[in-house]
Amino acid sequence: MQNNTQEDIIEIEFPIKSGDFVAAGDASSKTKKLLKQLGIDPEIIRRAAIACYEAELNLVIHSLGGSLILTITPSELVIKTQDIGPGIADVDLAMQEGYTTASDSARELGFGAGMGLPNIKRCADNVEIVSELGQGTELTITIKTNK
Amino acid sequence: MTPRQLAEALKLQVINEGTTFDKELSSGVTCDLLSWVMANGKKDGVWITVQTHLNIIAVASLLELACILIAGDPSLDSKTIEKAKEEGITLLTSKDNSYELSGRLFSLGIRTNEGKQ
Repeated sequence: MQNNTQEDIIEIEFPIKSGDFVAAGDASSKTKKLLKQLGIDPEIIRRAAIACYEAELNLVIHSLGGSLILTITPSELVIKTQDIGPGIADVDLAMQEGYTTASDSARELGFGAGMGLPNIKRCADNVEIVSELGQGTELTITIKTNK
Repeated sequence: MTPRQLAEALKLQVINEGTTFDKELSSGVTCDLLSWVMANGKKDGVWITVQTHLNIIAVASLLELACILIAGDPSLDSKTIEKAKEEGITLLTSKDNSYELSGRLFSLGIRTNEGKQ
């Protein structure tokens, strides 16, 4: 975990390991605790926690590893994941509820229901996905805090 | 109804008394898909599942659920119990299956509480 603080902006990077279901959720838990400490509105925290968890789990389930970068500004929270991995062949299809490419072993644990990206979209004010097949994916989730 | 009262009423095994053991339950959900619970679970709710792995504690903690009720006479991983203690999550188990438990909770007045977070 790395911290960079410039006046009103906090930036924290969490490394995420592929297939590590034991540590899965740690980055989201730390994010949630930090947002609570900062006195962010509970409803915003809830949305951020859900989006963060789904983004984190996507890296654990689908990627070869990467990082989750949380940026907190006075007006918004930005949760960005960057991974090395297979990429997403069809982003529109991946956004559809129920569509999944998760392995059977991940699905047996209750992951990979094809609800991760739709859950993120529901909780975010903006979602951007840039993906390159065979290279990796960058997901940027923005949640406004000063509506 | 609180998790403590629920455990007494249904003779559930108390694996961990979390910080919410005496807090009023808001609602209930039954599902084994973690993302579905992330989308539909409510604060202070009870979650019925057959999943026993460590990550159920992360889901409950992030959603601030009051307790997890694991159905089907589960054998629990010690890591799951340790994590529940660390996060203050109430963990209950039962020999009954999810269907039976959902019905009993419904009879006790615990609803899905649609619309509320």
